[in-house]
Amino acid sequence: MRPITSLRRHRVAGYAVVLLGLVGAGAAYTAVAGQPGTAAADASPVSRQQIAEGQALFARTCASCHGMHAQGISGVGPSLIGVGAAAVDFQVSTGRMPGKVTGAEMPPRPVVFSQTQIHALAAYVASLGGGPAIPSGDQVSPAGANLALGQQLFITNCAQCHNFSGAGGALTSGKFAPPLNHATPTQIYEAMQTGPEAMPVFSDTTITPAQKRDVIAYVTKVRGQPDPGGFSLGRVGPVTEGLVAFLGGIAVLIFAAMWITMKRRES
Amino acid sequence: MSTTEKALEGTGRFLDDRLHGASGLNRFLRKIFPDHWSFLLGEIALYTFIILLLTGTFLTLFFQPSMTEVTYHGVYTPLDGVRMSEAYSSTLNISFDVRGGLLMRQIHHWAALLFIGAIMVHMLRVFFTGAYRKPREFNWLIGIIIFSIAIFEGLFGYSLPDDLLSGTGLKITQGVLESFPIVGTYLSFFLFGGQFPGHDIIPRLYVIHVLIIPAVLLALIAAHVFLTFHLKHTQFPGKGRTNANVVGAPMYPYFMAKTGAFFFFIFAVLALLSTFAQINPIWLFGPYNPSAITAGSQPDFYMGALEGALRMMPNWVWNVAGHTFAFNEFIPALLPLGIIFGGGAMWPFIEQWVTGDRGEHHILDRPRNAPTRTGIGVAAVVFYGVIWLEGANDVIANHLDISLFLTTWIARITVIVGPIIAYWVTKRVCLGLQRKDAHLLEHGIETGIIRQLPNGAYVEATRPVSENDEAVLISRTGLPPLPAPAADEEVPAKSMRGGMGRMRLALNRVVTEGIAAPTGNGHGEEHANGHGEPAAISGQGDQGRDGQDSGSSS
Ligand code: HEC
Ligand code: HEC
Ligand code: HEM
Repeated sequence: MRPITSLRRHRVAGYAVVLLGLVGAGAAYTAVAGQPGTAAADASPVSRQQIAEGQALFARTCASCHGMHAQGISGVGPSLIGVGAAAVDFQVSTGRMPGKVTGAEMPPRPVVFSQTQIHALAAYVASLGGGPAIPSGDQVSPAGANLALGQQLFITNCAQCHNFSGAGGALTSGKFAPPLNHATPTQIYEAMQTGPEAMPVFSDTTITPAQKRDVIAYVTKVRGQPDPGGFSLGRVGPVTEGLVAFLGGIAVLIFAAMWITMKRRES
Repeated sequence: MSTTEKALEGTGRFLDDRLHGASGLNRFLRKIFPDHWSFLLGEIALYTFIILLLTGTFLTLFFQPSMTEVTYHGVYTPLDGVRMSEAYSSTLNISFDVRGGLLMRQIHHWAALLFIGAIMVHMLRVFFTGAYRKPREFNWLIGIIIFSIAIFEGLFGYSLPDDLLSGTGLKITQGVLESFPIVGTYLSFFLFGGQFPGHDIIPRLYVIHVLIIPAVLLALIAAHVFLTFHLKHTQFPGKGRTNANVVGAPMYPYFMAKTGAFFFFIFAVLALLSTFAQINPIWLFGPYNPSAITAGSQPDFYMGALEGALRMMPNWVWNVAGHTFAFNEFIPALLPLGIIFGGGAMWPFIEQWVTGDRGEHHILDRPRNAPTRTGIGVAAVVFYGVIWLEGANDVIANHLDISLFLTTWIARITVIVGPIIAYWVTKRVCLGLQRKDAHLLEHGIETGIIRQLPNGAYVEATRPVSENDEAVLISRTGLPPLPAPAADEEVPAKSMRGGMGRMRLALNRVVTEGIAAPTGNGHGEEHANGHGEPAAISGQGDQGRDGQDSGSSS
């Protein structure tokens, strides 16, 4: 069966590419960041120099809101003591930080720092009070992950806010869960670990690190897969389908009816 | 002899020679159909239903209506190893393993949406043109029944694959059943064969979906189409069209050619939609899991109003004598759709009662010429539309960047205020259009040419409207108001007495509101109140129509 086989071939190919990329990125990262997985609190793998660099950056761009020593400024920015390297990496690498407007849920903007700078910032904040570290490449790699479990975890834990396909959705009191189309595996891991804004923290006891990997594998797999049925219509469920049924179906047929009855028989 | 007659005679003789029953057939083939695009809306519903029967039958060959748990090891790898019901896994197989299966599923689903969508616009056409009036009230009722049954048919079909969204829909259905005071729990246990979700529901819905409701729908649709034939089609006003004739083209070959072409058009649109637009990607939803809920879990659009009503309702739950009265579900489940369906079913009879008009009507009203009806219709559309949109409030909030609570409050207010405004505005617009029509009739069409009269005054030259337009414009006869019981009258008519009588009179005044009826080109005679003679609208019997079914083809 042609379409199916080609689809499968396609899917496997995509899988392999993603995998290769991730393994590569992971390897590169481990080389740069040194020993992964250790809590950044003991600061052994990060050099003093990195921390100093981070501190300088922090003073320049973050201190206006979070205070000179990341202790927080009430009404402007929360304390960052104990939020961990993962939170900094997530917030800065998704472009949420440095925030421009004070207020909840900063809309992501272009990322302003390089990877090295972000890691320096993260190392500095982590040196202030520990907290979750940036996950290693292995921790977020979908290779060998259990997709079936990932599907179930995703549907039971994430879909109520991010929708069944990660297309995003509205939350109460004007908040939104963003689509998960762009987050990197590392960012997805960090999001679960640090629970930005209205999102709950999924600690390692709720979703174990191995399960986090399953979730990441499912999210990245499904978002990249082609839609066998045609255009996806945004993957947001029956609402757009209804719209298309009326605009692309009923309206077109009404025009057809007008066209068919336009030519009258001469009497 | 015209080509039409030759074609008719040839076919007629061919069939008569073989079937010996051609006189009836001949009448059928000579049946006259008026031509108007809006008369084809019902056909969309008819043909999509036929397509549903065909594709649905295909699906039954592969679908397993069973709640037995299996572990999936199919082609769709992201779900590899997930435990699911056989219903869900067989739908995955239809989508990924059966040749053409996904296309069939998508045609079936798109056809379901178009079927119900077409029913809706068809009903609106019938309502706004007054086509439901005597003698067609029964056909209107049949239509309402078809509409409501079709909604259930769609809901049950949607539930069959046992995916996350259909399970969520079933859970809501169960909640609504349970909310019925006192009997709720029993009803729910009866339908589900025990606790939700249980093992019985999918096989039961399957029998209902593929056998019982299709059979009932088929019978009702047959009756509906037969009645349409038997009572003959209504027509819009126009030159030479009267309450006693039908002007149009004969069934064969004209109407058949057109309707045949239309069938293929509908099929083509469905095939294109199903090829290029994905619908109900159940593999993304995953199997039903009672502990999960997803953002964007909406039902198909025809259930949207129910969903919206539930979302809009304040959370009222009463506990009386150990019974829970879940008004937060019971009221929204029954009230809004009850108003639409019940009101729709009763409307022809209410209108008759209020207007006192018991005559037959084969000429359609232009919507502007029945301002009250049109106003009520638009109000109902707004009422339904607001509730329906509220059913998608999370998606709307997400895409328009407004808060979820705000959408609910907007909906709560507009569902009451909106119809009132809509009624008022529509009625004013209709009266304005009537005025414009009257002006056209009396003064003709403005040509834009200005002439100077010998005495120096300027006038704009006008030319009279065409004969056909004139026939359209004077079609508005207006309805006679019911006579108010005179004060000195000894015994007012029974129907005009008491509270009901007074209400009837008050409503009658509203319904018969209209501007002075137009009187035709150059006829300056003014009517005092513009209402035609009662005799003009009643008692044109059927006999006349039967004989005068003319194709005006010779
Ligand atoms: C304009 C003010 C502003 C600036 C500048 C700013 N932040 Fe923030 N930041 C906030 C606010 C307000 C929040 C809390 C809202 C939120 O969580 O989105 C926050 C939250 C955070 C958090 C998440 C805390 C948690 O509890 O998870 C981190 C980490 C963070 N900022 C890091 C930074 C870093 C690093 C910089 C500099 C590159 C920075 N911020 C610059 C205002 C700012
Ligand atoms: C209660 C609702 C909620 C749940 C449940 C939830 N999230 Fe979120 N998620 C959010 C919100 C809100 C944000 C946006 C936070 C912000 O902008 O600061 C977010 C952001 C994210 C992001 C960042 C997206 C980006 O591109 O910036 C990721 C990744 C993410 N969530 C993954 C998950 C995963 C995986 C789960 C399930 C384990 C999950 N979320 C569960 C509400 C939720
Ligand atoms: C004899 C007529 C019909 C038969 C035999 C039939 C059969 C089926 C079967 C076997 C399924 C489950 C398989 C699947 O979901 O892919 C199904 C699903 C469905 N049916 Fe029907 N059906 C019929 C008529 C209708 C009608 C009239 C409607 C609409 C009002 C309808 C609406 C649906 C819907 C919405 C689904 C879900 C489709 C999906 O999974 O995407 N069906 N039908």
